[in-house]
Amino acid sequence: MQTGMPIEPWVVLAFCSAIFSIGLAGVMIRRNILVILMSIELMLNAVNLTFVAYSKILHHMGGQMAVFFIITVAAAESAVGLGLVIAMFRTLKSVDTDDIRLLRE
Amino acid sequence: MDISPSFFYLFAGFAVAFSLLVVFKKNPVASAFSLVIVFFAFAGIYALLGAHLIAALQILVYAGAIMVLFVFVIMLLNADTPSFDLGRSHWGLRLAAMILCLVAFGLFTWALKESPLPIFRGPFSPEQVDAAGGNTQVLSELMFSEYILPFELTSILLLGAMIGAVAIAKRKEAGNANRNAH
Repeated sequence: MQTGMPIEPWVVLAFCSAIFSIGLAGVMIRRNILVILMSIELMLNAVNLTFVAYSKILHHMGGQMAVFFIITVAAAESAVGLGLVIAMFRTLKSVDTDDIRLLRE
Repeated sequence: MDISPSFFYLFAGFAVAFSLLVVFKKNPVASAFSLVIVFFAFAGIYALLGAHLIAALQILVYAGAIMVLFVFVIMLLNADTPSFDLGRSHWGLRLAAMILCLVAFGLFTWALKESPLPIFRGPFSPEQVDAAGGNTQVLSELMFSEYILPFELTSILLLGAMIGAVAIAKRKEAGNANRNAH
């Protein structure tokens, strides 16, 4: 059933950090607030996979319970975040974070 | 770890490629549908790692609920026009962000690779999980015994988030600012 070399644990963890870094780059370089929220979801997913990988390595179910709660919090976060996006679009008629300059004007 | 390398590299390659598309696509709708594929790839990796309940929840909650919410908001705001925000930011900022992310990736990988793993392990080896009725049953029994307080607190969090989302997104009928604006 196994083909080739088995996966070392650090390969899975390096994959998690790669996805996390891509999400971090998205948060820093994008200006569209919807894409920024999607990048935050990417970072949350990377952390979830780290929890599951350590749960597998350490033979402990606490990691998977933590992922269960993180998924719940992520659903709540995206609901509130998209509500904020709708409120922002109603006020500014834009989803661009460069247009948020009400305090400067 | 005793997981199939070919399937892991397949799912990991899909996840990395499509998460790069999420960040670098100009159209938010294209980003959203790339994100769906990333979520499915993650669900595949969870299933490979033996976390079957988490894999199912990943598809139900992320690829189902959250992505529908994203696509719904994109369509509602009519914001699916391509935005050239990538080219507009200062090149120095983009370069600094790239360098910072590469440094973060190297640092995380180094820290996770070099940190020593504890020698004693928990009681849930794959054989014991299978003997106790599978991943879902073990996780459910833990959820309603050891983790019952966080589980109940989660319902309060969801209630608060629901009320907050409605209160934020609701059009204010009595607001003076809105009445003057129209």
